[in-house]
Amino acid sequence: MKREKVIQVADLTKRFGDFAAVDAISFDVYRGEIFGFLGANGAGKTTAMKMLIGISNPTSGQAQVAGFDVFTHAEDIKKNIGYMSQKFALYDDLTVRENIRFFGGIYGLSRGRIKEKSDALIEELGLQGAAHKLVGALPLGWKQKLSFSVALIHDPKIVFLDEPTGGVDPITRRQFWEMIYKAAHQGTTVFVTTHYMDEAEYCDRVSIMVNGKIEALDSPKLLKEQFQAANMNDVFLKLARG
Amino acid sequence: MKTILYIIQKEFKQIFRNKGMLPIIFVLPLLQLIILSNAATFEVQHIKFGYIDGDHSATSRALVEKFDASSYFEVWTDFPSEVQASAAMLRGEVDVVLNIPPYFERDLQKDKHQSLGVTINAIDGAAAGVENVYVTQIIQGFNQGLRVDLQQITDQQVQAMAIETIPLFWYNETLNYKTFMVPGILVLLVTMITLFLSGMNIVREKEIGTLEQINVTPIKKRQFIIGKLFPFWVIGMGLLTIGLIIAKLIFDVPILGSLPLMYLYTSIYILVVLGIGLFISNFTDTQQQAMFIAWFFTVIFILMSGLFTPIESMPKWAQVLTEFNPIKYFVEVMRMVMLKGSGFMDILPQLSKTLLYALIMNGLAVWSYRKTS
Repeated sequence: MKREKVIQVADLTKRFGDFAAVDAISFDVYRGEIFGFLGANGAGKTTAMKMLIGISNPTSGQAQVAGFDVFTHAEDIKKNIGYMSQKFALYDDLTVRENIRFFGGIYGLSRGRIKEKSDALIEELGLQGAAHKLVGALPLGWKQKLSFSVALIHDPKIVFLDEPTGGVDPITRRQFWEMIYKAAHQGTTVFVTTHYMDEAEYCDRVSIMVNGKIEALDSPKLLKEQFQAANMNDVFLKLARG
Repeated sequence: MKTILYIIQKEFKQIFRNKGMLPIIFVLPLLQLIILSNAATFEVQHIKFGYIDGDHSATSRALVEKFDASSYFEVWTDFPSEVQASAAMLRGEVDVVLNIPPYFERDLQKDKHQSLGVTINAIDGAAAGVENVYVTQIIQGFNQGLRVDLQQITDQQVQAMAIETIPLFWYNETLNYKTFMVPGILVLLVTMITLFLSGMNIVREKEIGTLEQINVTPIKKRQFIIGKLFPFWVIGMGLLTIGLIIAKLIFDVPILGSLPLMYLYTSIYILVVLGIGLFISNFTDTQQQAMFIAWFFTVIFILMSGLFTPIESMPKWAQVLTEFNPIKYFVEVMRMVMLKGSGFMDILPQLSKTLLYALIMNGLAVWSYRKTS
């Protein structure tokens, strides 16, 4: 049986003047997959991701996300995706519960559903004691886990994570990946960018971007065979150095 | 609609949780209202007055006493010579010097006319003009009294010599400066606070990155903008209310017109200001930039509003520019309704222009707000 494609990208390009930040990339992502989107700083990962989540207009090419075209139906895409940016983007001056309620509210969840979700989420993250604390007072690791959970609050088909584990300790990173696995297991597609090559090993498939182009795309195992490398780190170095 | 309520709820929480902002929103403006209304006055008083008495006669002393008795002048000193008087004016010790020539009394009685020299420090031209009027009034008053005296001595027939004008000051009978200023300064406060808060609010979300998070949600542009601006609209109306209470209780400014009319106008006016604020925040990336642009416009709007200087005395081109100044309309309406008791039909021109302005600004603001870059 052919698996369902939830992201289809063909020749997607973004130019800023003469510079092609994203240069005709093409790939597909399947339902329930953990798709690693790798690349050095400035390779164009974030730009590509912003086009897929509908906050940046592509210059040319085609892309469908959750069955909707990024050019014409960006707002429909937004109902079906979750997003967690590099920058922590919950409100520091609202409490944990208030943040959950706000984002639940603007995704159109009912009052009862928000209550239910909040309780489950706080329980799951072990934040019972901190539910009425301002988010700004939480440690970074907790903040990251909370924003991931908030990104999933409306049960999106796809969740986009932009370097979600930047700056957090190894234990929290591990817990974070457990959360990612759990979401994927429940059928959510996970699209994740990262700098950590050990994290790349956790992905089902990985693409590596160099200077705006996708230079390699396959499962970590096959990529290591293809580049005759012991680990993903070596694969990355071979590609990134050309 | 529900979405808008969630945003409004969030905004109010953030505003009232910010302990640094609350006093800025509510306490500082009212302090300003009280301080500025008392201090910002164009009444020229406490004029430092000096004189050179070359005559030392009963008449010259009587003239100086007239100045001393006036509440406008503070008789500072008499100078033995013009040289000393000029030096004192250079040092800023006197603003007005009256020069009474020698033989003033004798020549006045003999020739029936005399000249007096008056020197006025005219660095502030407007104040100098007013001082000149005061000086002239006092000398004329003195002159009339003197004439009657002289005529009684020389001429038994008292003639009606002068035409007297009896001015009536309408709408502000006592020429109380505060009555004039309080409505205007109230306008400034409502404008500045709502402009700055709305201008900075969305830029702040840009800066901390939460705006991007909002843009990834299916929220609609108008929902977001209404939800964002409504709290500041409420704050603006609240400021007007507190300001009016202060105007009545502390300054006893008459409120002749209808309060609902004032509220109706203000509710539309604040939409203009919020639209401008939002428009600014769409074109700036940091709160600092937004602040500078908001300041630039505020200063121009205030100085060209007719609040401090009458629009009628501005050059023609400047008068045309003031047509685009929302503060001008607000100042006019507040003064008309509060002091003249103007009704709906009287302020209709201002009201309709403001409404048009609000539609245009908010249209531009919504149009220029982009969820997608």
